[in-house]
Amino acid sequence: MAKEVLEAEQAVNYIDFKNVRVNPNITLSIAESGKTVASIKRREKIIHIVTTILTYIFILALALTVMFPFYWMIITSLKQNDEIMNSTQTFFPNIVMWSNYVYVFETFNFTGYMFNTIIVAIFSTLGTLLTTIFAAFAFARLEFKGRDALFMIFLMTMMIPGEMMVISNYLTVNAFGWIKDQTRVDAYLAMIVPFAVSVFHIYLLRQNFKQIPNELYLAAKVDGKSDWSFLWKVMVPLAAPTLISITILKFMGTWNSYVWPNLVTKNEDFRLISNGLRGSAFQDVDRGVTEYGYQMAASFCVTVPLFLLFVFFRKYIMKGVGRAGIKG
Amino acid sequence: MGIELLSFLSKRKKHSGNEDSRLPTIEPEVVPEYNEGFQEGENKVIRLVSNKKVNKVYKVTGIEDVASKNNWKAWLYLAPVVVLISVFLLYPLVNTIFISFAKNYKYATGQFDGFTFENFGVIFGWVTVGKGGTENYFLKYAVPNTLIITFVTVPVSILLALIISVALNSIKWFQKFLQTVFFLPYVTNAVAIGLVFSVIFDKAGVINFLFHSNTTWVFGADRWVAMIPLCSYIVWNSIPFKILILLSGLQGIDKQYYQAAQIDSCPKAKTLWKITVPLLSPQILYLMITSFIGSFKEYTSIVAIFNGPGTYGKASESDPNMETIVYYVYDQVEKQSTSLAAAAGVFLFVIILAFTFLQFGVSKKRVHY
Repeated sequence: MAKEVLEAEQAVNYIDFKNVRVNPNITLSIAESGKTVASIKRREKIIHIVTTILTYIFILALALTVMFPFYWMIITSLKQNDEIMNSTQTFFPNIVMWSNYVYVFETFNFTGYMFNTIIVAIFSTLGTLLTTIFAAFAFARLEFKGRDALFMIFLMTMMIPGEMMVISNYLTVNAFGWIKDQTRVDAYLAMIVPFAVSVFHIYLLRQNFKQIPNELYLAAKVDGKSDWSFLWKVMVPLAAPTLISITILKFMGTWNSYVWPNLVTKNEDFRLISNGLRGSAFQDVDRGVTEYGYQMAASFCVTVPLFLLFVFFRKYIMKGVGRAGIKG
Repeated sequence: MGIELLSFLSKRKKHSGNEDSRLPTIEPEVVPEYNEGFQEGENKVIRLVSNKKVNKVYKVTGIEDVASKNNWKAWLYLAPVVVLISVFLLYPLVNTIFISFAKNYKYATGQFDGFTFENFGVIFGWVTVGKGGTENYFLKYAVPNTLIITFVTVPVSILLALIISVALNSIKWFQKFLQTVFFLPYVTNAVAIGLVFSVIFDKAGVINFLFHSNTTWVFGADRWVAMIPLCSYIVWNSIPFKILILLSGLQGIDKQYYQAAQIDSCPKAKTLWKITVPLLSPQILYLMITSFIGSFKEYTSIVAIFNGPGTYGKASESDPNMETIVYYVYDQVEKQSTSLAAAAGVFLFVIILAFTFLQFGVSKKRVHY
């Protein structure tokens, strides 16, 4: 009995109508359901259009929600404080107050914080790049005792939350004399040196270096090149995209870093941009209210450089984030 | 790459003796003995003709021979990293664990009197400190807040990111543009946008205006109410990365699965649940682990929105009712009670390790690599 059914099933010829052109004069009636190919196709088309429209509505609504804080930041930065505190909120400023920006640039030490941030970003990025290139080269190309064990230890340190390190690092930096009687250079050193190495970036670059074929290495050896010149003349140029990604992410990390600079800097003038933004009180002293207009103008000024970076290096940032998934 | 890292780590553990398990190991070919028609003492030429194209196999050999003499050179290359990692990663780890168990540790001189569990006792409120009071902010605020943030934001953000990326993947026009739009929250300054959120959720702000309510969300708010702006900020901030990872995962799924589902006229929801989600499971696991760890370490968002450990900002007489574990750690470091900070730090470390291993354990059954 079962065998017969099986045979009967095999005897049926299925036709894939999507790939077979049906003569338009023939109406294929699908048994007993009363549907025709045309009606099914029409129905599918309608369903497709409806779902597409719904998807677009859904996506656009969410995109607007995601963009809303940016929009609100910009329009609030252009409003008068009375308008901000009013019970009826406006979605466009009644009077566009460009003077908010003028005020922010006069009172908020934007250039000073910017300078600190850029100095720290440049040097910690340079440090990270150098240490990362050397270590990745050693792990990828050189053979030495205990290489795999050491690499395992490095990878395992990624599991440790950085917050645990902060406690001891603060003591270490203090022991180096970078906190007491802090000079500008001390403050920079305290913010740069602990972050001049990144295990994840070593891992990333090692994988990249490993993909470079050994033939190139052997060819360089035959030509009498040393490891050193092979590293700088061949490997570094070939790994340039990864290095650019590392640079940008590191820069963004410094731009965002708040905790550590806040902890180790004792002078307001040495702090980074995030600290400056949070620490600056745009308060109306007479009334004791926060001047949101000024605050938002300052926020906008802090956000814009990152946006510009994103516009110019979108490809590298998205690729780098996809791989690294961490800021800095 | 992140996923690669996970599978890399798990592979490493299994056969750590292997030089690099990612490289294809080349098995030595077993050559069958050819005896047919061969008689000893008789010279016979056998021509071996192969009609197969020989696949060129790149084998990693010889390099080690060239470089192995340069043992000390390798250590020279590694020197900066080893020094920095020892000083700023490994030593702190050991030192923090040590401080957390040391009794009466003086951070200026490094003196201590033996080892105890007292520091942990203090942060959990079992041991009285100073004038007979107990330190109760850790258990009352820091731990519950951290757990609430984690268990609200991680599922919500992963689910939202999944829905958005599935929708993004299904559309044709403006896909790249919308993808960029959804990525924008990633390239922002955390403090700047935190300030924006506190303006949006202000009592005279746009949220209250839109929903015709008069709720106090941020300053002077109830702890549970204040969680809403905080969690929505964290979700908003963490979604771009998740969308990026999930979308690249979705684009890697073979279209054949969906065609098969279509032929079987499988409903869309079932397709999503039975095909998309299982095939995305490595990405989802990776996101779960990273965002669990990330939300256990929430700090900057709280400073950005509340300008202090509680809904009353920096006012010292009020409770730090928005404090998280990491906030507690930093607070104690600033107050120079290093022992308590170390104990809380070790507690965080243990929790994160436990969660990570738990997720790896669960993933063995649920994740399809």
